[in-house]
Amino acid sequence: MREEVMSLEDPAGQFNEELLIRRIRDGEHDLFYELIRPYERRVYSAAFAILRNEADAEDAAQEAVLKAFKHIRQFRAEARFSTWLIQITVNEARMRKRKEHAHMIEPIVDHQDAEGNYTPRDFADWREIPSETLERKEVRQMLAEALASLGEKYREVFVLRDMQHLTIEETARALRISTASVKTRLLRARLMLRDILAPGLGGSWSSKLSFAKGTKPW
Amino acid sequence: MVVNCEEVWREISNYLDGDIEPGLRAAMEEHFRGCKHCAAVLDGTRNVVQLYGDERMFEVPLGYSQRLQRRLDESMPRSRRGFLGWMVAAAAAVLVAGRFEVARSSVSSHPELRSEHAQPGAGVPPDMLVLVSTDGKTFHVPGCPFIHDKAHIQTIAAREALRAGYAPCVRCMKQYLNAG
Repeated sequence: MREEVMSLEDPAGQFNEELLIRRIRDGEHDLFYELIRPYERRVYSAAFAILRNEADAEDAAQEAVLKAFKHIRQFRAEARFSTWLIQITVNEARMRKRKEHAHMIEPIVDHQDAEGNYTPRDFADWREIPSETLERKEVRQMLAEALASLGEKYREVFVLRDMQHLTIEETARALRISTASVKTRLLRARLMLRDILAPGLGGSWSSKLSFAKGTKPW
Repeated sequence: MVVNCEEVWREISNYLDGDIEPGLRAAMEEHFRGCKHCAAVLDGTRNVVQLYGDERMFEVPLGYSQRLQRRLDESMPRSRRGFLGWMVAAAAAVLVAGRFEVARSSVSSHPELRSEHAQPGAGVPPDMLVLVSTDGKTFHVPGCPFIHDKAHIQTIAAREALRAGYAPCVRCMKQYLNAG
């Protein structure tokens, strides 16, 4: 069964993670960059979600990759390498944040009680979106600002689940929280982002960028 | 079963993830047909997941990859790969990215199944958000280990994936393969 699946999704010549890891463990250290290359941007993104500072995120990302290299023998094949790498990154970023950014003030968007229901504050109609919209730098900037405005506990879950595409269980393990908490925070993060973005991005994509002009829905 | 707006908001995330019972899914679909506000919340929430699930959202500082490679190189003093080796890897990355862009622009022009060996699937909730890679042939739930070209994943609704010729993954979407 496994062979059949792999033949569909992993054709001849396709990058083979398991084999690469074995070869790196056997001493071909130069192959390590090939192993992490598909994930290098994700590593940065996970670090940035926690640290919210480019220089700190890059430092943490580099350190996390080095730690993954040094501890590659501890990686167990039953987990996904990408999940393991992201877990290391989350730990590294959190450690740095504790040490160096204890004075930072968290954003105030998560004002509703985590256990209570979230009520959408805006019902702007936001239908199909053209994928090309993301080519526009100002749209990517709006999305990044909206994400940065979420409280850390929502931002972390959203980034790991919806941007890194981890499962609910993997997200829970990486953040050391329950799967129920992941689901609750994910729901809130998605709805909060919709509340922030829908008034600006709904309707006409060419002119209605009110969020970018400072008109926020709260 | 009838659900009100608050129940819909509470379950909307699970609805998009395909993580609810069929009875509740049917009740929510009925609610969306009659409630403009909840339909707007559904559309917007789906857009949020799709936009942020796109690889283009992973912006990194200029020179990040090169600095990371250099740092790795420095930590591997016996490396014989050196600059030429990294250039080869970078060239391969550019080729892969180029292939991705070409394929991205032609998705809608291939409505037939992308793999002659794949099964088309049945009963996949059309609103469920799934992952595809442009060069892949199948669609997946988040976390599936059999996603081809992990560096270029997109989140789209199952209906769009089916329209573009993707088939359900035989591993993570198994329950939809023999439903018909």
